[in-house]
Amino acid sequence: MQDALVEALRVWAADPPRDAKGWLVTVAWRKFLDATRADAARRRREDRVEEEPAPGPAPAVDDTLQLYFLCAHPSLTPASAVALTLRAVGGLTTRQIAEAYLVPEATMAQRISRAKRTVSGVRFDRPGDVATVLRVLYLVFNEGYSGDVDLAAEAIRLTRQLAARIDHPEVAGLLALMLLHQARRAARTASDGSLVPLAEQDRGRWDTALIAEGVGILQAALARDRLGEFQAQAAIAALHADAPAAEETDWVQIVEWYDELTRLTDSPVVRLNRAVAVGEADGPRAGLAALAALDASLPRHAAVAAYLHERDGDLATAARLYAEAAHKAPNLAERDHLTRQAARLNARRCR
Amino acid sequence: MAKYLLLKHYRGAPASVNDVPMDQWSQEEISAHVQYMNDFAARLEKTGEFVDGQALAPEGAWVRYDGEGRPPVTDGPFAETKDLIAGWMIIDVDSYERAVELAGELSAAPGAGGKPIHEWLEVRPFLAAPPTITE
Repeated sequence: MQDALVEALRVWAADPPRDAKGWLVTVAWRKFLDATRADAARRRREDRVEEEPAPGPAPAVDDTLQLYFLCAHPSLTPASAVALTLRAVGGLTTRQIAEAYLVPEATMAQRISRAKRTVSGVRFDRPGDVATVLRVLYLVFNEGYSGDVDLAAEAIRLTRQLAARIDHPEVAGLLALMLLHQARRAARTASDGSLVPLAEQDRGRWDTALIAEGVGILQAALARDRLGEFQAQAAIAALHADAPAAEETDWVQIVEWYDELTRLTDSPVVRLNRAVAVGEADGPRAGLAALAALDASLPRHAAVAAYLHERDGDLATAARLYAEAAHKAPNLAERDHLTRQAARLNARRCR
Repeated sequence: MAKYLLLKHYRGAPASVNDVPMDQWSQEEISAHVQYMNDFAARLEKTGEFVDGQALAPEGAWVRYDGEGRPPVTDGPFAETKDLIAGWMIIDVDSYERAVELAGELSAAPGAGGKPIHEWLEVRPFLAAPPTITE
């Protein structure tokens, strides 16, 4: 059966069978016969698995679920799992994946073929862990870069396909989270490519259909009372989406969701975001107090501190911290944004 | 999945442990060094982590704009320039730790006496695209 799935990985992209189950049974039987033959034949077959399948749409059959688990197998590194998922489940070509991740095609081809080798011995004697699949899809969505292949849209497509095959509140939670963020995407960047912060976004440009769909999926998931981190993150995104204006955001509820999220993940990044929300709900002093409890070496700590100090009226400290945050920013758009904030405050103080 | 630049310096890095300049190596030592670098790049391609590798000539010039309608001004090279880049390798890896591990391996390229150079390499992260999910 395992060999049959590997074979499916190889040929379905180009030539999806009409009867998938029958196909797998037939191929599995043939593979069993093959396996009893000479070593030379086995080597040839393994070589064939290495070969690049032709590009094409992914097979829309229930066995797709097994492919999701295989491609997100814990024995793979995150980068390999992402590449294999996009190739085998998403049906993207190696060239498209290489371009999306800005690496040479040869490198991506090797990454994918290594990943295939790594999982070729995996046995499906136990059901896979859906959390590993969700992490991979989250990574694809969050990549941010959008070239010829829109990775965020691809992640949504793959998550939708997964949600149609597996009934799990966290799958729904992740799909809702993606839809709610995708809804704001057009408003996130100005025409010159600079970042527009949430509070300054033109909410008229938010995609209300996507928001409605995301909220509906999230509500159905939450009603099942099996909370997980993606549902909690989606709930926060939904509360932002629900506010007609930034000033009308329900920050008290958002803080409560960050408390849930802290309980679920115990992540310092979540605590940092919570400090921002506390600053909005209870005032900048309360936010700074929450921030004081956190490690200053956390990514974006200086940016959060700068924001809270500005709200508190300490423009000199805020300007200094914005400049420091710009220096530490992990991406260009964020660095430019933070530099502008520092420059804005410095100009105001000099006047 | 993050890209790092492994930067090799002609000048400006702290002194290597095996600090004999290349023009004083034997032919075999030079060949062994070049082979090591090629093998390293080939291995990274196989692991799906190689992006690019380039070498630069040591001699360059400084160029700047000199006003409307005027040709650019060129100057240099300046012998006193402290930092001189020799070349780089760009890698795409899962973690900072992996980037450091690979830089360590690259720094072990053999030099005089066939011994590792223990050369200091600079590891610099790329500024990536902003993530889709921010709050």
